[in-house]
Amino acid sequence: MKLHEYQAKELLAQYGVPVPPGKVAYGPEEAERIAKDFGKRVVIKAQVHVGGRGKAGGVKLARPEEAREVAGKILGMDIKGLTVKKVLVAEAVDIAKEYYAGLIIDRSSQRVVLMVSKEGGVDIEEVARSNPDAIVKFPIDPHKGLRHFEAREVVKRAGLEGNLNRLANVIVQLYNAFKGVDASLAEINPLVVTEQGEIIAADAKIDLDDNALFRHPDLAKLREVEAEHPLEIEASNYGFAYVKLDGNIGVIGNGAGLVMYTLDLVNRAGGKPANFLDIGGGAKAEVVYNAVKLVAKDPDVGGIFINIFGGITRADEVAKGVIQALEEGVVKVPVVMRVAGTAEEEAKKLLEGKPIYLYPNSLEAAKAIVAMVGGAK
Amino acid sequence: MSILVNKDTRVLVQGITGREGRFHAEQMQQYGTRIVAGVTPGKGGQEVLGVPVYDTVKEAVAGHAIDASIVFVPAAAAADAALEAAHAGVPLVVLITEGIPTLDMVAAVKEIKDLGVRLIGGNCPGLISAEESKLGIMPGHVFKKGRVGLISRSGTLTYEAAAALSEAGLGTTTTVGIGGDPIIGTTFKDLLPLFNEDPETEAVVVIGEIGGSDEEEAAAWVKEHMTKPVVGFIGGRSAPKGKRMGHAGAIIMGDVGTPESKLKAFAEAGIPVADTIDEIVELVKERLG
Repeated sequence: MKLHEYQAKELLAQYGVPVPPGKVAYGPEEAERIAKDFGKRVVIKAQVHVGGRGKAGGVKLARPEEAREVAGKILGMDIKGLTVKKVLVAEAVDIAKEYYAGLIIDRSSQRVVLMVSKEGGVDIEEVARSNPDAIVKFPIDPHKGLRHFEAREVVKRAGLEGNLNRLANVIVQLYNAFKGVDASLAEINPLVVTEQGEIIAADAKIDLDDNALFRHPDLAKLREVEAEHPLEIEASNYGFAYVKLDGNIGVIGNGAGLVMYTLDLVNRAGGKPANFLDIGGGAKAEVVYNAVKLVAKDPDVGGIFINIFGGITRADEVAKGVIQALEEGVVKVPVVMRVAGTAEEEAKKLLEGKPIYLYPNSLEAAKAIVAMVGGAK
Repeated sequence: MSILVNKDTRVLVQGITGREGRFHAEQMQQYGTRIVAGVTPGKGGQEVLGVPVYDTVKEAVAGHAIDASIVFVPAAAAADAALEAAHAGVPLVVLITEGIPTLDMVAAVKEIKDLGVRLIGGNCPGLISAEESKLGIMPGHVFKKGRVGLISRSGTLTYEAAAALSEAGLGTTTTVGIGGDPIIGTTFKDLLPLFNEDPETEAVVVIGEIGGSDEEEAAAWVKEHMTKPVVGFIGGRSAPKGKRMGHAGAIIMGDVGTPESKLKAFAEAGIPVADTIDEIVELVKERLG
């Protein structure tokens, strides 16, 4: 789960990381009021869950008397498909140096890895591509945590200039926050050294581990559903793993691997999937019925491909759910099915004479649905 | 022969009194798995499915010889349960539970490895040595004893591949579902050496998917050391970048985890890649002659 910059900064501040004073505004007047209270130059920043806000014009400096106009331009702006509904109004920082400090969960080393770079204020993935040596990486022992001397060594190796102890402090605090909130990513970019020698987190990003949200009910409440596709919200209410895609063939299957494979087959047959939907293991008829109803509701869907390999899930339960959806008239588009595995014969018997197209082989089924609905546009 | 488990493996079930644990313990017994004891804190002294239940793994180990434990404990307590088994001296721990906090796994995986214990999973279907022993949640009937080792990040797709191999008369030795999470106890490259040395395994099928770099690391090992034919498969090749496709680990982040990178690594290691499940069977047949 992604947090907004202002939320990330509030959390970091709780762990001692210095952040510029700032407040959130939902309208231009509010932005002006906040800026006038600060009484000095501010930076007004769009709060949306995408990167590249600066390039899109969503981050602007303003004097207090300009704040209303500048905020008015940013609010309502569309950044990569998301509408800006709030802005952070923060005191502008006198930047002398811009660094990068971040923590990620690295799959290869199976550790939380600290990354520090002199090249701050720019996209770190770009630095990783163009100048990988400029990023110093340090895998953290999960039982010892990040010790101060380790942070100092990393700061030195990365060539950061400024008060060594204070820089290391901020990095240790960043790690404490990462652990404390169960983050999957936390970064300060830029980590600024000001003209006065102060160290401050001018921008921050935190992603939370969805699996650990049960430990942080206050943070779980920060989820903003409006940023997601309405069908994704409905799917999450049913407990489905669902991803909206941009094609026209609805895809339902049991097991993430099988559904991914089914998307690949649809593509291979020249079609484009409208979604990824995994009904999970051991699904009963009602679950399947809900899945079919949800996918059929998508106006992009011109046909549905249901791919089932019965294991713990029984193919006849799946058939019952599909038949119920057909009989209640919730599906107006062609349905192609492929069933195999546990209770395959029972399922086939149930589906006999029903208005669906049954195929024994996944690739043949994919070709059939693409032929019915039409290929990729 | 097989790897990791066989018909003699004596198994402990952690979370045996829960709905999932009990259901799958019964399924495993029906398959022929030798379940010798169960553990559920607070339920010690009961008997479930004909085996004694203990409060702690230590007590279970004191009363029984145990070769492996399978964990069905809910996500919030799952990493702790796996650690309990490892500290009690159980040499193989299979962690089925889905949705375990990632930092719990980071800490647990290191500690369990430091103890010299093998951890499979979490968020995995477990492992099965065909017609001998099942420590997992897979439908046992699709696995026929045979010649091919099977390792996979997916569940259902593995069952499908196993069924196809069985139907083609090739069958499987041991199948391991390593799990779909970013931090897991055992990766492809950890299992390849075991298959390479198992006299009954003649070829290995690696069912990978987008995300991470397990496939690349496995390919590098194959290139250097593997003496048996390996056939590959990559799921999610058409998935868009940055979207999590069901498995927490199935996500392309920046340039890491792309199908292109995995296909290239397989090609460099001389591993043929199947586009469909049917093709997996054809490629294995070709390699085995």
